[in-house]
Amino acid sequence: MENIEISDKFAVQMRGITKIFNNHRALDFVNLDVKKGETHAILGENGAGKSTLMNILYGIYGADSGEIFINGRPVDIKNPSVAINHGIGMVHQHFMLIEKFSVMQNIILGNETTDKFGVINTRKARKKVQEIISKYNMNIDLKKKVRNISVGTQQKVEILKALYRGAEILILDEPTAVLTPYEIEELMNIIKNLKQDNKTVIIITHKLKEIKKSSETCTIIRKGKFIDRVDVIGQTEQNLAQKMVGREVKLQVNKTPAKPGEKIFEIQNINVLCDRNLKTVKNLSLELRKGEIYGLAGIEGNGQKELLEAIIGTRKVESGKIIMNNSEIQNTSTRNVLDHKISVIHEDRHKNSCVLSMSVADNMILTKYSKKPFCVNNMLNYEERDKFTEKLIQDYDIRPSNCKNQKIRNLSGGNQQKLIIAREISNDPDLLIAVQPTRGLDVGAIEYVHKILIKLRDQNKAILLISLELDEILDISDRIGVIYDGSIVGEFSQEMANENNIGLLMAGGKTNEAQDN
Amino acid sequence: MKHRIIKFLKTPFACTFMAVFFGFMVACGILLVTGYSASYSMAIIFNSIFARPKFIINVILKSVPVILTGLSVAFAFKSGLFNIGAEGQYIISTVVSVITGIIFDFHPVIQIPLVIISGMLAGALLGSIVGYLKSKFGIHEVLTSIMLNWIALYTCNYVSMCERFHKPDSDGTYMINPSGYTLVLNNWKFSESGREFLKHNFILNDIILKTDFNLNFIFCVIICVLVWFLIYKTKKGYELRVSGLNPDAARNAGINVERNIIFTMVISGLLSGLAGAFTVTGTSSHNIQTLSMFENYGFNGLSVALISGSSPIGCIFAGLLFSGLLYAGQSLQYKIGAPSEIINILIGVIVFFVAIIRIVPILLNKYLEREENLNVK
Amino acid sequence: MLSNILIAISITLMYSAPLTLAAIGGVISEKCGVVNIGIEGMMSIGALAGATVGYFTGNAWLGLLCAGISGGLLALLHAIASINFRADQTVSGLAINLIGPGLAIFLSKYFFDGAALSLPVPSKLPKIINTKLLQDTKFANFNIDISVILALIIVLLTWFIMYKTKWGLRVRATGEHPAAVDTLGVSVYKIRYFCVIISGILAGLGGGTVTLAIISQFTPTAISGQGFIALAAVIFGKWRPFGAYFACLLFGFSQALVVILGGGEINISSSILAMIPYVLTIIVLILFVGRSSAPKASGIPYEKGSR
Repeated sequence: MENIEISDKFAVQMRGITKIFNNHRALDFVNLDVKKGETHAILGENGAGKSTLMNILYGIYGADSGEIFINGRPVDIKNPSVAINHGIGMVHQHFMLIEKFSVMQNIILGNETTDKFGVINTRKARKKVQEIISKYNMNIDLKKKVRNISVGTQQKVEILKALYRGAEILILDEPTAVLTPYEIEELMNIIKNLKQDNKTVIIITHKLKEIKKSSETCTIIRKGKFIDRVDVIGQTEQNLAQKMVGREVKLQVNKTPAKPGEKIFEIQNINVLCDRNLKTVKNLSLELRKGEIYGLAGIEGNGQKELLEAIIGTRKVESGKIIMNNSEIQNTSTRNVLDHKISVIHEDRHKNSCVLSMSVADNMILTKYSKKPFCVNNMLNYEERDKFTEKLIQDYDIRPSNCKNQKIRNLSGGNQQKLIIAREISNDPDLLIAVQPTRGLDVGAIEYVHKILIKLRDQNKAILLISLELDEILDISDRIGVIYDGSIVGEFSQEMANENNIGLLMAGGKTNEAQDN
Repeated sequence: MKHRIIKFLKTPFACTFMAVFFGFMVACGILLVTGYSASYSMAIIFNSIFARPKFIINVILKSVPVILTGLSVAFAFKSGLFNIGAEGQYIISTVVSVITGIIFDFHPVIQIPLVIISGMLAGALLGSIVGYLKSKFGIHEVLTSIMLNWIALYTCNYVSMCERFHKPDSDGTYMINPSGYTLVLNNWKFSESGREFLKHNFILNDIILKTDFNLNFIFCVIICVLVWFLIYKTKKGYELRVSGLNPDAARNAGINVERNIIFTMVISGLLSGLAGAFTVTGTSSHNIQTLSMFENYGFNGLSVALISGSSPIGCIFAGLLFSGLLYAGQSLQYKIGAPSEIINILIGVIVFFVAIIRIVPILLNKYLEREENLNVK
Repeated sequence: MLSNILIAISITLMYSAPLTLAAIGGVISEKCGVVNIGIEGMMSIGALAGATVGYFTGNAWLGLLCAGISGGLLALLHAIASINFRADQTVSGLAINLIGPGLAIFLSKYFFDGAALSLPVPSKLPKIINTKLLQDTKFANFNIDISVILALIIVLLTWFIMYKTKWGLRVRATGEHPAAVDTLGVSVYKIRYFCVIISGILAGLGGGTVTLAIISQFTPTAISGQGFIALAAVIFGKWRPFGAYFACLLFGFSQALVVILGGGEINISSSILAMIPYVLTIIVLILFVGRSSAPKASGIPYEKGSR
């Protein structure tokens, strides 16, 4: 690894950045060099420290040690406003938008154009914003409220926000995680335009395909350590993956063809309203057989959340039926649904499937606390709880192995997820609903989760996989349905499905167009 | 070593102790600035709690209502609800207990439970209204509780002045029938033989004759233990804790969060109601009086719950501390003329430090970890 | 009849003015994401400071100024606890509610030789309609304090700043998504400090108007529950300045109803009448207010770098 000198040819150079969180080194002496006008990728697994590094560059965290140079000159980025003044803009993975505000309000926030007495005058800002919009070919309605626009558009608003502030260096944190294939194309075009405009772009990602598509150079980080800086041309995906994970990885999931059995779960023409009383699930029907994985693909906000809540009984079904093992379960209670041998791995584990300030053992019995042997005569049996917890910790290799009485908050994300999966599978469900089960996990944990799902399928269970990650759906599903605007707009067997036909339907294209592809 | 200190500082006991300590420091500071001797004041506080058996017993007797309202608030906290309505539940319970106590006159074996249960039910009713409105209409519990506090207060005033119960030439009602008293040896201690016996026994005289000696405190401790048992040992308690800490996860686990809200408020109301009923049966004047403002039994319960860190057992100690301080505050004013409100300030400051002190060990921890990590390099 | 209506209007306005000031304070604090349950305590200290300074200087306006400052100082404590120490805002607010009234009575006893009542201020805040001129007319009962106008101005001003200016935009954004504001280079801490202190100043002013415009002296019951009613008005008014104002007016009106019904021919116990405002509020809540729409980040301490 050559030692690059500090020079004004580079837009960003970071030297020896170290950051300590909760007694571990999130970043350990990391270097970064990004040339002016190039698109540079930062590659690493979830939790490798990519976002932390960029948050330091953007002034959200202070580094515990290390130096930063912008255009060859040392800078002290104490807070985001210093970063903004140095021409740095950042689009966070979780968008920093205020949903109740209009697009325009979000763009000017903190940099408002005003008349006398601080009265906001958007007319002045509008001209500048419109110029940027037409220059980069973005299609955005400035008057709409952010909560009413699609995720893809929200991302454009974020980019717009940065450009409005005169960003020359643009950081994109996992920009494609929530986009459809079509939207990813659009984004790639915007990035190309930015490059032509001589802007520097830094993309944080763990997706190898994108790096090949978008970037010229790439810095690889593993477990907080700098691994390598390479030119992307001349690298294979396999090569990059190995550097990222530190061992050889299989990019393909091993699985035998499914042997679907009898029908076990069926949804018949259900309609469900969302929080704002709009019909969000529309006449949706689907069925699952024993021994198959049904992947439900779709962009966020097309009714997946409401569908799930309707199934588990936390949201009212307006009309239609949900049938599990020959009995109707719609509009009963969550307890009844769970008693019909349905288990759920929720997307947001912190919010929906564990209690962070309770112990691991207490969390282990969350979905079975009222059943024997954990509860006898309305009393909890702590001995049984502890025995059970210890067994699962061992079976599923949850670490640290003595974590029984620790708060679950103190476990790593991967171990929390393992714990939840262990708990739900130990309920011996006939139907397992897994929503984004690998969100935020590293490659090793992702492989593990996928293996478990397939193993469960081979034990003749039905699995409904709801995911925004198209790759995941394509990799492990036996059958794939696409949800768009609250309905299933197409179903494919695994062999027939590919990124193009699914992606088109996800974005609202017609079925026949999809089949032509 | 450092880590051990931090670990100790993180314990609830250490946090509370520090908060109490800082509370006293600030109170001393205020006394000094306003020209009173801090050390003498502290001596008076100490003395007026421990100097005579009578004082100790009075502190214990007076702690019962604040322990119970504190327990009521702490229980609601455990399930994520803020029962600022303990005050109203307390008041309405005294009102209903007094009404039953005056109207009926059974044998004590029936009368006492009747009076107490009627009061508890009144408190539970008020609590259930709050719970119902929250779970059915989503109306914030603080909002309804504040309104119900006032409604309870004016109900109290109405009943106090109501012809059937009002005692002429006073601000209040008649006393309840003596069959409803929970005083111990009440008849005996005022009888000839009793007086004669107590005359020769200074300590017993002080304890029994000079106070409203009763066993409510013992019941109160038992109730605290029962509530602890309910929260930590039963299925229901587990449900309530999960609902309080993460209602979404609770719903997804099949727990009926809405029904638990009502359940919690009913129990919470029962406990505040018990506080009111015990006051009526156990301490003179066994009646209710028109109130121009709140007597703060319920609001004091909030402080007790906060100082105890919402622990049912902790409520006993926090309640004793609270009651001792209030009791001592009166002597402070009487003896050196320092306004007794210094005690309210003291309690306020303790609660304030309770709020902020939990972060201290966390910050300390972070700082030390960072130091160590950088040194390793 | 006319005189009854006039009495009703003046009582409504008189009673609602201090509530409005305090409730607007509550709105401002909640809008930036800090729950201020300590309004009661801040009003108490404001009431004491107003009466004391008003008495010793003879200048009611100076008293009012000090009432605001004292409320602001108490709010500073709340701000430090809930912003820097990331304390539970409810606990800290309750502590303020214990310290405020305690300190107020303590100081009253200190300044007025052991009396919990202060001596009356020599001159109250002026009325905007001179009663002497109207003495013999039908309008004799029509009394409007300057505090009523002050409250109205504060409502209008708060609405204007919140919804029309850049500062308002930033405050509202802070209450919804503090991290977003932080990433745009605007200091969340500064905004929150500013709002919480303003909130305390308004609550203090509210307390001051009670002792300087309505009852002319400090008493231990001068502030008894108004702070909580103001808090209710914030929630009731859906965290909006005009909503809160309307809630306070409704409350003032039901107080007026109590006075008028009490003076009428119908023989109802005054205690029952006194319940009207509270019962009415609960009924209105059931009928009109659904799930609350508090600012998203309200009550959550902000830690830099968290999402």
